[in-house]
Amino acid sequence: MRLRYHSKSGLRPVACSSTLSPGGRAVGDLSEFSLPIRMFLRGYRWRVVDPVPWAPLRVPLARARLALFSSAGFVMPGQPAFDEGIRGGDPSFREIPSDADPAALVDTHRSESFDHAGMQSDPNLAFPLQRARELALRGRIGSLNHRHWSFMGSITAPGRFVAETLPRMAADALADGVQAALLVPV
Amino acid sequence: MCNQAVCLAAAELERNGISTVALVLLRSVAERVRPPRALALPFRHGYPLDAPNQPERQHAVIEAALRLLETPAERGPLLVDYEPAPPPPPARPA
Repeated sequence: MRLRYHSKSGLRPVACSSTLSPGGRAVGDLSEFSLPIRMFLRGYRWRVVDPVPWAPLRVPLARARLALFSSAGFVMPGQPAFDEGIRGGDPSFREIPSDADPAALVDTHRSESFDHAGMQSDPNLAFPLQRARELALRGRIGSLNHRHWSFMGSITAPGRFVAETLPRMAADALADGVQAALLVPV
Repeated sequence: MCNQAVCLAAAELERNGISTVALVLLRSVAERVRPPRALALPFRHGYPLDAPNQPERQHAVIEAALRLLETPAERGPLLVDYEPAPPPPPARPA
């Protein structure tokens, strides 16, 4: 494993890595998507974070409290599924208790633009709850927060998500004393 | 759109003083949206932590993300490519 730092002062377009995944995909490659989705993504007006906030880790990771955030659309048994029928995307979130059985998480992300087989076989693939517990047991992180956050990725109109959902999730995480967060797309 | 959602979530957390690292499957989206810290992965959508039921491969991705979180830097954003370890060479015939 190697890390390559492209920029310490800002994001700049850089040449794609030649590294291919086991699935044969290069970094940033859109070829896995259908033509309509590729056209949509190329014309989409992405939200831009400006200015970019910066919160350096104030304590060693071995003493920090970590929380997970995933856009894989998982819910716990008994929680309502995310609603793919909401125009612009479902902006809601679900709390996932830290002692949840990862195998019990239910995939309610109904997008057909990606293969669900992997995360249905092993939800840790997109919501790494068991991996995070192992990090805490090893002492790599200080502790795991008692809850984590699940939301939907298929949000094309993120107004409510940005204005309502994210501030609430952030306030709850802050109130819990979360100091570090790992965010996972799907 | 998943990539945009996690990038925007990372920014909101960071505004609240929580250090974040976002995994992204489309680096081009991270370049536009600009999360504070992101690890660009060479995996297909649906497979952000590399492979199902392979804890060590998943831990390798997470460890790279945690290292980015620990990287001392005065300001962001930071964007780093993840390169998976090459597969082990085939065993030599006896």
